[in-house]
Amino acid sequence: MAENKEVKVHVEHLKKDFGELQVLKDINIDIYEGEVVVVLGPSGSGKSTFLRCVNRLEDITGGTVVVDGFDITDKHTDINKAREHVGMVFQHFNLFNNMDVLGNMMLAPTELKKATKDEAKETALKLLERVGMQDKIHAFPSQLSGGQKQRVAIARALAMNPNVMLFDEPTSALDPEMVGEVLAVMQQLAKDGMTMIVVTHEIGFAREVADRVVFMENGYIIEEGSPSEVIDNPKEERTKDFLSKVL
Amino acid sequence: MVQIITGFGLMMLKALGQTLLLALCGLFFACIIGLIFGLMNVIKNKVCNIIATIFVDVIRGVPMIVLAYFIFFGIPYLWNTILGIGGMQLTALTAGTICLALNCGAYMAEIIRAGIQSVDKGQMEAARSLGLTYGQSMRKVVLPQAIRTMIPSIINQFIITLKDTSILSVIGFPELVNTTKNVVGVTFKSFQAWGLAGVMYLVVIILLSRSAKAMERRLNRGRE
Ligand SMILES: Nc1ncnc2c1ncn2[C@@H]1O[C@H](COP(=O)(O)OP(=O)(O)OP(=O)(O)O)[C@@H](O)[C@H]1O
Ligand SMILES: [Mg+2]
Repeated sequence: MAENKEVKVHVEHLKKDFGELQVLKDINIDIYEGEVVVVLGPSGSGKSTFLRCVNRLEDITGGTVVVDGFDITDKHTDINKAREHVGMVFQHFNLFNNMDVLGNMMLAPTELKKATKDEAKETALKLLERVGMQDKIHAFPSQLSGGQKQRVAIARALAMNPNVMLFDEPTSALDPEMVGEVLAVMQQLAKDGMTMIVVTHEIGFAREVADRVVFMENGYIIEEGSPSEVIDNPKEERTKDFLSKVL
Repeated sequence: MVQIITGFGLMMLKALGQTLLLALCGLFFACIIGLIFGLMNVIKNKVCNIIATIFVDVIRGVPMIVLAYFIFFGIPYLWNTILGIGGMQLTALTAGTICLALNCGAYMAEIIRAGIQSVDKGQMEAARSLGLTYGQSMRKVVLPQAIRTMIPSIINQFIITLKDTSILSVIGFPELVNTTKNVVGVTFKSFQAWGLAGVMYLVVIILLSRSAKAMERRLNRGRE
């Protein structure tokens, strides 16, 4: 990555314990503006936990995490303000079941006084069009397919106009025929210059879209580099082992 | 029967009014107590969790009739005689309301806790990840979903509380059971008087659950 670009996510000696269990032991990474980082690793290696530390959905045990200028490991930082700049997309979509698509899109911008109702609606319609969901604005989540839900969930996160987007296995809960539509939205987002951290098992997506691939195991990043370095010519035995299973 | 209705019907109807008044007062405060202790149980704060758990356990572990006697006689005795401060007098309505509110409130707290916990954790996380505060997320996302699952249990609890007002006849509140006892005392027509009392409860409770069902249907319309 070009050196003159701004660091959007700075992670230094990040540690996370769940009681006795040390899940993240020492994570260090800098992610630059516009960069797309794909995180690979076996189940239980701490990928989700790492992502959830970046917007402090998990309490951080130790180290420093700075996201879009907010030191979220500092007790005095207003975490809610910081989160406005960091969108998150979940494996199970987590659309608000008590609201229709438009309600999902407009809740945070209006509640947090980022926009008036009219402005929020205008933004929502634009974003829904971008993800191809403009025809479903009054549908409730239960009336949508998995792929449709995930596209709305991405649009909902974008409605806060974030500078960083986090994706935790966004296609793992989808039927195979719907994976493509969600990956296409993400690819477009990457092309538009969004800074993204993506946990996924979609090696094809990693190869095509990622600027950098990091391989996590057992609470450490054990290998990182360009997709061709990590995916096609891994140095570490454990990376090779993992890739031989998923490829 | 006719004699009971013409002679005492109006009196019993008034007593039914007192029963409803007591139930309404009790339920009103029970909802507040339930919401407070229910929320105290789900927030991330050990002290609050423990207080809420103790409250619910204590109230659930004590029969309501004991609670009624304790509040109506025990508390003023503590205040006036043991502490020697004096001047405290609880009306049967006040004591009855407190008793119902505590009792029903504890069960409501459990219903609200269970309702909130039945909402998928991902809903709160998604709301928080957008920058909403805990309170905003609770109000706009979690509670509206929780309430929908809680409604049947809440209606059930309302009905139980309405029937529990009868227990408060023991502290002399002129509700339906107390009044019916007096009617029987005068007329000796147990069958007719208790039969009429039973029918009165039944009618009110059927009306209550019917309108609750209608409300529930309206809330669910258009969803799922
Ligand atoms: N809230 C929690 N409490 C206790 N342990 C947890 C919690 N969340 C995660 N863990 C544990 O932390 C470890 C890492 O979990 P994490 O979800 O980060 O793994 P992952 O790499 O995302 O795995 P997967 O590919 O299965 O999603 C696991 O052993 C998991 O059991
Ligand atoms: Mg995971």
